[in-house]
Amino acid sequence: MYNFDLVRPTTIADAVAAMGQEGAQALGGGQTLLPTMKQRLASPETVVSLTAIGEMQGVCISDDGKLCIGGATPHAVVAREAGSKYPGLAGLASHIGDPAVRARGTIGGSLANNDPSACYPSAALASGATIITNTREIAADDYFQGMFTTALEEGEIITEVRFPIPEVSNYQKFEQPASRFALVGVFVAKYADGVRVAVTGASEEGVFRWSEAEAALGKDFSASALEGLTVPADGMIGDLHGSKAYRAHLVGVMTKRAVTAAA
Amino acid sequence: MPKDHGIGASPKRREDLRFLTGNGNYTDDINLYGQTYVHFLRSDVAHGRLTSVDTSEAAKMPGVVRIFTGDDFAGIGGLPCGWQVTDKHGQPMQEPGHPVLAQGKVRHVGDPIAAIVAETYEQARDAAEAIVVDIEELPAVINMKDAVKEGAPLVHDDLTSNLCYDWGFVEENKAATDEAFKNAAHVTTLELVNNRLVANPMEPRVAVGDYNRSTDDSTLYTTSQNPHVIRLLMGAFVLGIPEHKLRVVAPDVGGGFGTKIFHYAEEAFCTFAARQIKRPVKWTSSRSEAFMSDAHGRDHVTKIELALDADNNFMAVRTDTYANMGAYLSTFAPSVPTWLHGTLMAGNYRTPLVYVNVKAVFTNTVPVDAYRGAGRPEATYQLERVIDKAARELGVDPIKLRRQNFISEFPYQTPVAVVYDIGDYTATMDKLEEIADLSGFEARRKASEAKGKLRGLGVNCYIEACGIAPSNLVGQLGARAGLYESATVRVNATGSISVMTGSHSHGQGHETAFPQVIAEMLGIDESMIEIVHGDTAKGPMGMGTYGSRSLAVGGSAMVRATEKIINKAKKIAAHLMEASDADIEVKDGKFHVAGTDKSVAWGDVTLAAYVPHNYPLDDIEPGLEETALYDPSNFTYPSGAYACEVELDPDTGRVTIERFSAADDFGNIINPMIVSGQVHGGIGQGIGQALLEGAVYDENGQLLTGSYMDYAMPRANDVPFYAVDHSCVTPCTHNPLGVKGCGEAGAIGSPPAVVNAVIDALHSAGKTHITHIDMPLSPNRVWTAMNA
Ligand SMILES: Cc1cc2nc3c(=O)[nH]c(=O)nc-3n(C[C@H](O)[C@H](O)[C@H](O)COP(=O)(O)OP(=O)(O)OC[C@H]3O[C@@H](n4cnc5c(N)ncnc54)[C@H](O)[C@@H]3O)c2cc1C
Repeated sequence: MYNFDLVRPTTIADAVAAMGQEGAQALGGGQTLLPTMKQRLASPETVVSLTAIGEMQGVCISDDGKLCIGGATPHAVVAREAGSKYPGLAGLASHIGDPAVRARGTIGGSLANNDPSACYPSAALASGATIITNTREIAADDYFQGMFTTALEEGEIITEVRFPIPEVSNYQKFEQPASRFALVGVFVAKYADGVRVAVTGASEEGVFRWSEAEAALGKDFSASALEGLTVPADGMIGDLHGSKAYRAHLVGVMTKRAVTAAA
Repeated sequence: MPKDHGIGASPKRREDLRFLTGNGNYTDDINLYGQTYVHFLRSDVAHGRLTSVDTSEAAKMPGVVRIFTGDDFAGIGGLPCGWQVTDKHGQPMQEPGHPVLAQGKVRHVGDPIAAIVAETYEQARDAAEAIVVDIEELPAVINMKDAVKEGAPLVHDDLTSNLCYDWGFVEENKAATDEAFKNAAHVTTLELVNNRLVANPMEPRVAVGDYNRSTDDSTLYTTSQNPHVIRLLMGAFVLGIPEHKLRVVAPDVGGGFGTKIFHYAEEAFCTFAARQIKRPVKWTSSRSEAFMSDAHGRDHVTKIELALDADNNFMAVRTDTYANMGAYLSTFAPSVPTWLHGTLMAGNYRTPLVYVNVKAVFTNTVPVDAYRGAGRPEATYQLERVIDKAARELGVDPIKLRRQNFISEFPYQTPVAVVYDIGDYTATMDKLEEIADLSGFEARRKASEAKGKLRGLGVNCYIEACGIAPSNLVGQLGARAGLYESATVRVNATGSISVMTGSHSHGQGHETAFPQVIAEMLGIDESMIEIVHGDTAKGPMGMGTYGSRSLAVGGSAMVRATEKIINKAKKIAAHLMEASDADIEVKDGKFHVAGTDKSVAWGDVTLAAYVPHNYPLDDIEPGLEETALYDPSNFTYPSGAYACEVELDPDTGRVTIERFSAADDFGNIINPMIVSGQVHGGIGQGIGQALLEGAVYDENGQLLTGSYMDYAMPRANDVPFYAVDHSCVTPCTHNPLGVKGCGEAGAIGSPPAVVNAVIDALHSAGKTHITHIDMPLSPNRVWTAMNA
């Protein structure tokens, strides 16, 4: 690890100011950033920790009935507190990493990082969530722009994520055997006006919506409605842990399972 | 009533108190005054010519004490190999040099090029980034079969090829074996890979070198399974420091699994550099470094054939194996695919003819050496897989086929040199059928199928050669060391006992189990006995712990030393009671005169030994301390039968272990709880190999599985609750405790059971064209095989 300065602001305004410095980088739970720094693959001059900012912590319901999660809320808190309101999302949070990772890793960090195998991006995209930053509100459909790439500008902080609550939902994660991230993860959310299906872990383009499945499930929300639907292997990730064809196949299997579990 | 002390009792492991409360004293806990830190700059290419290493800028960086390169080791020895294999033409193996820091060439990703010694670890890393290394990259040799082709790039320019040796065993059996295959009623052939593994002990390797200017003594603190062996290898072959000037300490060690047997460059470096800069030098491996510098295990590519007669009797086994040595010969690497592997190819079966061919190959990968089981898992895996395949081809029950061919008379001379002294393979198979509830399998299969899952049952046997090893025999086979073990039993004046053993505990529980033996012999409380190990300054020359040898060899030395203690103590007791020493009996911690009610307590005798006022000084010396070195007359042969039941999700190819049962014959058992724990851990590692683990290099020699993001370790939820039984006992005939060793069995016996079970599950669903899938049986591999 190279030397760096650490600041721990307690308000979003102070955090934004700190982020304005040359070489500043936000720190959520540090579950991705710190190992990268230890390996000397990242070298921020100033690390701006967001975890002491009260306004970025916790889970609540907004006046218009959305589930609001502070950008620095750890997965364990989401797993515990979102359960009665949005069980699909709480279920997802409760299976990220291990207890230590869940105690520290944050939703803002996960969405900012947009690892192609991370779990939260699928929930955000399948829920049509709104990513709220210190400067603007970004619709999930516009937010995810490919592996490790998002709509965030330099220095922009995710302060909150707002999830429309579906009628039913479920996340099915097929674990990569080593990292236990998603080899393929599928989040299915059924709303009054339609079904959204988002797939993580599988595509070289990062998290994506499976529109054919959404259309089919919009008509008939059952696993059998997906019969015969496939995603092309082309464009899937192929590596040691899963060929392109295998991942494409798993997208179908996990989607069916998510629908069955949700229905 | 189970015993509550002595042999056969299961007292809790006394060492766990310090391990579990964070009070262990591991090498990384050792920090010396004036200590410096070393960081190794390692090659990031697999194969290349080192044209220059410019350290001039780096040397000026803050905190840098000194930077070393291969040039600093010019007139100094390289890391030695402890075993010389003779090939099938009677020629010695090709043995390349192994410099401490790369000289002229780098030969694997992770090969150390320079060592930066600085005031802090981070300063050393900073300086490493300022070193300018010029490497002319050469094509990497990764695939073993390509490596031995004509014209392949040479890993070592001074060798004639990448072939370390071509070994035939038993060469005299070859013609007869080939003949048997011609006359066979049935031949089953199987090609398989025994996957390369990374041991991954929880504690990474650490070394602290220290030098005392006033005495000219060197001390190395290191994460080793055998400090005396390191002292000999490093002192005599690398650095030229005589034993009396070199102390090696291996304090608490957090797991070894074989990979901490070997002498490593980093240990030699820290000892050497401490002498140069006259300050302590410390190195702590990061996990990433461990992946590219700890010796790996397994990595065999094998074709095995089994010949059967018309009555399904085994006639012959023939194997053809390529064994990866990696870029250099690690300490015991040549012995693993030969003497620890070929000698077990008869398994538990009457097979009159066996011929094993092994080609050991250099590649641009991390050196490969012994890993839990070392050679014996490879032997067991291929044999038990080919028997399973044969049973399917012949349409016979795989258990029946095994039973029919069991060796049943002992001692048994195998066609592969070793003589099994004793065993009862039918008994362990009977026991297995009972504890695994094999009769309930069909019902469990139906229940799985009702859930949309496939269920498979895999059964196999194993035998291993442990209690390593008779020194004269291994000497003939090429070992450059003896393999006895030592013990000094030091009885103190008040009756407490310190036992200095050459065995080394790095998780095995010696501190608990060894006192049980002595307590039983003397009839005293275990709490009076302490085991001292891991320090060449404290005990006699010993060979360390590996090959399930500690109790069988080290324990035997302890018994012999304790017998000497008893003999002498009887003389003292006889004198105190004015009786004849022939009439003295030891019971419940007292010395009795047989047939009388006269006795003296243990403490009276020990006190008399050290305060010899009333003492037979004309006959015996004062004091009560004895040393024994025990050299076994044969290997021990633990054996057993294992069963695994898997569920397979046909939609995803994911395999889960539902039941795992192990019936082992370890001979006599000292501490049943510890034995069960050893089996549990071993099976966990075997399941890891079968389903999860595998080190993979790309064609350029980059390790694709260089971290836990890609190297899959087994976790608690990957393994079931095991049914383990070690009540089948045929005591070893040639050591005083009748023990055989239990440390490796689980890792040896379990991989074939898992794979056999998966194949069985697939066949139950009509996928009979799938006769084999290579480990690890990841969901991807199983699904791909199902959908090919
Ligand atoms: C062992 C292990 C297992 C894991 N398993 C899983 C898993 O199964 N599924 C899964 O989805 N994830 C997994 N993770 C990742 C983990 O869940 C974290 O979510 C992830 O590391 C990022 O969150 P963080 O809060 O730790 O972010 P950090 O590591 O602190 O930061 C990550 C990046 O996000 C930026 N950042 C952080 N917070 C914000 C913010 N509020 N606004 C803008 N930018 C920000 C940082 O600058 C940095 O670039 C695992 C991690 C580990 C170590």
